[in-house]
Amino acid sequence: MIAGISIYEILTVTSILFFIGVYGFITRKNLISILMSIELILNASVINFVVINKYLYPDLLQGVFFSIFIIAVAAAETALAVAIIINLYRQIASVEVKDTETMKY
Amino acid sequence: MERYIFYILALIMIVFAIASVTSKKMLRSVIYLLFVLCGIAGIYFLIDYNFLAAIQLTVYAGGIIVLIIFSVVLVHHIEMELELAKKSKQILVGLACLIGLGVFLTTIYSHPFNVVENNITTTTEDIGLGLLSYETGGFILPFEVISVLLLASMIGAIVIAKGKKLTDKNDSTL
Repeated sequence: MIAGISIYEILTVTSILFFIGVYGFITRKNLISILMSIELILNASVINFVVINKYLYPDLLQGVFFSIFIIAVAAAETALAVAIIINLYRQIASVEVKDTETMKY
Repeated sequence: MERYIFYILALIMIVFAIASVTSKKMLRSVIYLLFVLCGIAGIYFLIDYNFLAAIQLTVYAGGIIVLIIFSVVLVHHIEMELELAKKSKQILVGLACLIGLGVFLTTIYSHPFNVVENNITTTTEDIGLGLLSYETGGFILPFEVISVLLLASMIGAIVIAKGKKLTDKNDSTL
């Protein structure tokens, strides 16, 4: 654990990061920006898993395992989303949310 | 000492996260996101989970950011400015986020956590043994499921991104 830092301060920082991600998710109009906001939200939750593991149950490792799984799923999700975005750009020449009204292949 | 490093990291993370969601230039906001991810890796180093910090740096800063930069460069002109939401909508969403943050913080600060003082260092060996153990509490099944998921998403990404050849029909829609 970090000397001199309580769990409350770290949880405050992660909550702020989470809500910055939510703000970006709602206000952005571009698919790639929305993807980046999702990355922020996922990262904030991963820090929470790790910090709660370290501060409250230091002899277990469950939080570390779950954060590894979350990172793996996030990587898979990003790869798929980028593939979908590029294919969409080929079909309608735009990645703005308002132009995206078809998912027909 | 560690205390000040943590405050500096927290400040960097919050400032660059805000810059990342409000910047008008696409590529810059990706680079700001890179700084946030590096700050998160720094926090993992501070709480002594070196393996997770290495994963964070390689997978996020090395893999996902490069992937996003590639898609930005393929899709946008570098100088193109992003369209922002309406001022009223921005203020409304900002207020809603502040209210949500207030609810989170009051819940966190009113909950008594049973913090265990410790200085245990987790080695990579512990993590590997836990991931591959068959006993109760072992994580061998989710580990295998994740590997199948990664394979499936890889094949899916290739199939989707390959798409169709540009035929007359596609040309008319462009």
